[in-house]
Amino acid sequence: MPEIRVTPLGAGQDVGRSCILVSIAGKNVMLDCGMHMGFSDDRRFPDFSYITRSGRLTDFLDCVIISHFHLDHCGALPYFSEMVGYDGPIYMTQPTQAICPILLEDYRKIAVDKKGEANFFTSQMIKDCMKKVVAVHLHQTVQVDDELEIKAYYAGHVLGAAMFQIKVGSESVVYTGDYNMTPDRHLGAAWIDKCRPSLLITESTYATTIRDSKRCRERDFLKKVHETVERGGKVLIPVFALGRAQELCILLETFWERMDLKAPIYFSTGLTEKANHYYKLFIPWTNQKIRKTFVQRNMFEFKHIKAFDRAFADSPGPMVVFATPGMLHAGQSLQIFRKWAGNEKNMVIMPGYCVQGTVGHKILSGQRKLEMEGRQVLEVKMQVEYMSFSAHADAKGIMQLVGQAEPENVLLVHGEAKKMEFLKQKIEQEFRVNCYMPANGETVTLPTSPSIPVGISLGLLKREMAQGLLPDAKKPRLLHGTLIMKDSNFRLVSSEQALKELGLAEHQLRFTCRVHLHDTRKEQEMAMRVYSHLKSVLKDHCVQHLPDGSVTVESILVQAAAHSEDPGTKVLLVSWTYQDEELGSYLTSLLKKGLPQAS
Amino acid sequence: MKLYCLSGHPTLPCNVLKFKSTTIMLDCGLDMTSTLNFLPLPLVQSPRLSNLPGWSLKDGNAFLDKELKECSGHVFVDSVPEFCLPETELIDLSTVDVILISNYHCMMALPYITEHTGFTGTVYATEPTVQIGRLLMEELVNFIERVPKAQSASLWKNKDIQRLLPSPLKDAVEVSTWRRCYTMQEVNSALSKIQLVGYSQKIELFGAVQVTPLSSGYALGSSNWIIQSHYEKVSYVSGSSLLTTHPQPMDQASLKNSDVLILTGLTQIPTANPDSMVGEFCSNLALTVRNGGNVLVPCYPSGVIYDLLECLYQYIDSAGLSSIPFYFISPVANSSLEFSQIFAEWLCHNKQTKVYLPEPPFPHAELIQTNKLKHYPSIHGDFSNDFRQPCVVFTGHPSLRFGDVVHFMELWGKSSLNTVIFTEPDFSYLEALAPYQPLAMKCIYCPIDTRLNFIQVSKLLKEVQPLHVVCPEQYTQPPPAQSHRMDLMVDCQPPAMSYRRAEVLALPFKRRYEKIEIMPELADSLVPMEIKPGISLATVSAVLHTKDNKHVLQPPPRPTQPTGGKKRKRASDDIPDCKVLKPLLSGSIPVDQFVQTLEKHGFSDIKVEDTAKGHIVLLQEAETLIQIEEDSTHIICDDDEVLRVRLRDLVLKFLQKF
Repeated sequence: MPEIRVTPLGAGQDVGRSCILVSIAGKNVMLDCGMHMGFSDDRRFPDFSYITRSGRLTDFLDCVIISHFHLDHCGALPYFSEMVGYDGPIYMTQPTQAICPILLEDYRKIAVDKKGEANFFTSQMIKDCMKKVVAVHLHQTVQVDDELEIKAYYAGHVLGAAMFQIKVGSESVVYTGDYNMTPDRHLGAAWIDKCRPSLLITESTYATTIRDSKRCRERDFLKKVHETVERGGKVLIPVFALGRAQELCILLETFWERMDLKAPIYFSTGLTEKANHYYKLFIPWTNQKIRKTFVQRNMFEFKHIKAFDRAFADSPGPMVVFATPGMLHAGQSLQIFRKWAGNEKNMVIMPGYCVQGTVGHKILSGQRKLEMEGRQVLEVKMQVEYMSFSAHADAKGIMQLVGQAEPENVLLVHGEAKKMEFLKQKIEQEFRVNCYMPANGETVTLPTSPSIPVGISLGLLKREMAQGLLPDAKKPRLLHGTLIMKDSNFRLVSSEQALKELGLAEHQLRFTCRVHLHDTRKEQEMAMRVYSHLKSVLKDHCVQHLPDGSVTVESILVQAAAHSEDPGTKVLLVSWTYQDEELGSYLTSLLKKGLPQAS
Repeated sequence: MKLYCLSGHPTLPCNVLKFKSTTIMLDCGLDMTSTLNFLPLPLVQSPRLSNLPGWSLKDGNAFLDKELKECSGHVFVDSVPEFCLPETELIDLSTVDVILISNYHCMMALPYITEHTGFTGTVYATEPTVQIGRLLMEELVNFIERVPKAQSASLWKNKDIQRLLPSPLKDAVEVSTWRRCYTMQEVNSALSKIQLVGYSQKIELFGAVQVTPLSSGYALGSSNWIIQSHYEKVSYVSGSSLLTTHPQPMDQASLKNSDVLILTGLTQIPTANPDSMVGEFCSNLALTVRNGGNVLVPCYPSGVIYDLLECLYQYIDSAGLSSIPFYFISPVANSSLEFSQIFAEWLCHNKQTKVYLPEPPFPHAELIQTNKLKHYPSIHGDFSNDFRQPCVVFTGHPSLRFGDVVHFMELWGKSSLNTVIFTEPDFSYLEALAPYQPLAMKCIYCPIDTRLNFIQVSKLLKEVQPLHVVCPEQYTQPPPAQSHRMDLMVDCQPPAMSYRRAEVLALPFKRRYEKIEIMPELADSLVPMEIKPGISLATVSAVLHTKDNKHVLQPPPRPTQPTGGKKRKRASDDIPDCKVLKPLLSGSIPVDQFVQTLEKHGFSDIKVEDTAKGHIVLLQEAETLIQIEEDSTHIICDDDEVLRVRLRDLVLKFLQKF
């Protein structure tokens, strides 16, 4: 029985460390290869021993697909390919291919240089890993091998984020990665056609949230920033270098211009300028408005936003600082946070989701006394605000995507179990499809029943179509043919053609029944009576009286003969082939009942 | 399958393919060579042009002198220039389902087709094709509209009058169908009908046909197209290049196994090597500038100009030209330069890797940054302040009939220090120069046409092996000017089928199969039987469902139990439906085994007689006779249905059903 099997190695009832194994029609594909921000031990990477227990990664996997450049989707890639060992193809979009190595290097530096971790992947490993990457363009059908094909769809979320369709024959799986169903200031909305996959694997970060309109959230954000700056406070916005940062920069830049504000806006790392440069070069991946106007004004050339220097953190007066990373788990954002946390005039705005275990998650869940390294306790007096700017689809958006793609089954990943449960019920109710939410290491098996494509000879098809233009529900007409199977080539042809192709002769089976009737009339007269009788009964059939005295009904032949012994009896010879058996047998029984008296 | 050929221009094709139930237009190129018959549109009042003498017939009749002007022995129409449209009468264009565009040069007639023929379909093109195509159209409209011309000449088009005109006006074809340029509104409306596609994207048309664009290597976003169903494949090759310039390389492998390959858009200058032309271009440019002269390069705002700028970027310092200003003047110059930098995925590998750094893929960004290259929307405004000589000016239109180039021709034509260098191959440079004669300025002809030449074509055809090749008639014979060069034509086996404008070709292949899906339940119920080693057969009786051109076979419904109604049936109710097909039979009956079987089933008194062709088995008791021959069996019996069916089943045991 063919089946699709899905095993999350990460992101099963969890956010972070996305890594999902899919087996479809004998092909094995790994979707994403992320790290977990909440852990710094073994658990930060997916457990690849699930595969390596039974062999090498390269032998097992047909390909790896990376949905976008966020580290929780690609952070384990160099470990996976260079340290565990995978030499097969890795597919991602071009912007992901460009930006992913930079974030990986950034991640490596923090882990190794700042935290002093040993046995981490090296810069060279990142480079070697990226050599295995094959760029995929939107909507391009990439043939991984003769049977396996993949296709990328626009996902919004971050620059270059894509959803992927994985297809073998008539079976397919769509993996959404992270996506956003509403366009934002720099990206468009995710879109997929009605591709009716056997299974849709969707993220469910905001499975239970229905967010208010984006405009309200933006206004709220600007108001909070503005108020803080007005009263001389400092605003810290922890972000990832690419993605949300650009959206918020565009937002603040236009607001500063409109309000003619003077407080400085800084962007923390040297990455920014480079990051903005990527956005400029990948304009086709941004939203329609930016694409339309980029010749006149490139939205990613900021006038008000300057590069941040570490010394600025201690300068007096109001300022706004974008600092990385986004979950306050390390790096510059955490340093600035420690400096500013004690002052109630200041504010930290968390514009995105924070993984459990990070400082970001702690302060968002209300913790105001944080235990830092060296048993220090940091008291948080500054205002903590959460603004959901992270570009994930909310419950409405997820339902919308399910509606667009019309999958046969849905599987939820990248979310919290409780929230998934709620969404699962909603999806099952609304779309009447099965919805699954496996935990990490748990396998979901879906039986599939693919139909079998064969070639039908045009002659046979046209003959059928010509006869049955209007299908009759009560009396469906049967198509009859012969399926010739040679190697993997299946052809359906008419029986005559099958015989001819195979060089076989038809064997004709013919029946002739003798029907004895008491009648003294001459044979010719008998035949005449048979003709008029049949003609009156079989109105829909072609009944003919031939010159030689015989009568035909379609291809069935009726002849009248004298009885050899009894002159008062006549014999009707009814003769037909096996193919006309129904009619032949019917005629015999009809004639057996005798002929009506001539009126 | 039919091909309607609407354009006679081999590099600006417009064909319509009828394939299965779809009608697909392949490109809609606009033949602009017609504009060469018109006087240039000067941006600044030109006394020379406005004082040209009117033309009169040999007998002195001067009734055409308002419409026709004479310049150095050539006659020009003094009117808004007009273009030669694709044929619009050969096929009802409102029936066209889709238009596939292969590159931005081959879509210039789009507004005429989509806006004025009742077209309601979709146009497919890649993003760079659309964006740059839009720029080309914008430039064209701008060039024509900013020089309003009151006069629209039509008298000369009268067939009886046209006959009296000198060549080439006399020989111009279809002049009655020539049209003025479209408006920006029509351009926008036409472009809104385009759906963007990516290379190797499979696009389903009505479930019947799949079309796929492939990289053709000629220009940003340029494509060849595959049009296929499950059993037939047509390749449409248009404007392809195997040279390494800026676009992504040509995808040749996907063209393999085509039943028909339609070949258009080959190089227009098969004898010129693009590389050596670029070399000549640079050296002539340097020579002129060093002698204090100006260089004029009539060009399109996108395409080869990127490569030329890249060459100059590498060349100017070594040639000591770093202080010479380079001007690029076009209403879309800025857009073109900007757009070229954002289409990374459509570029060659080298340029793509630059984006990863991240750096702009084309070095003209640096030329602009260092002020070596400046771009202006027109000669008016900023340009007139910045203008320094000697200089190099890139500007359009290559026909020299409109655009800023007209101004520079008038300005620089009188000095032999200056040079005009022709790089675009679309217009004969001698004809382009005709209305500017007499001319003192030097003229250099370095046509750069990177499209396939005939050597590359024959290599390509050997590689991809199409069953049939279809191409414009121009490619099936050597060029008229070089009739001895038998190497300058398409050479393939079987010989290419050729077409000319307004011709309809029946393409030489017969469809024999169609894809059908067998539902899993039906597949499970099939009983395959191995007939020969490796070949199995199964008879299929199934219900055919067809929806959206997709065919599916479902299992036959279970026979419904006859309802036990006591109503008397009419005789006709019993008449069997003769449409229920019985299988064909094959095989032969070994008479000995057959007799044994009969005996086993209780028949006795069996007699077998040999005949010329087989045997007769007599069942004397049942008064039944069975004739058995190699390919036939005939059962002759009384009207005993039970007996007949028993015998039938015994016979069928020895035969195979089909």
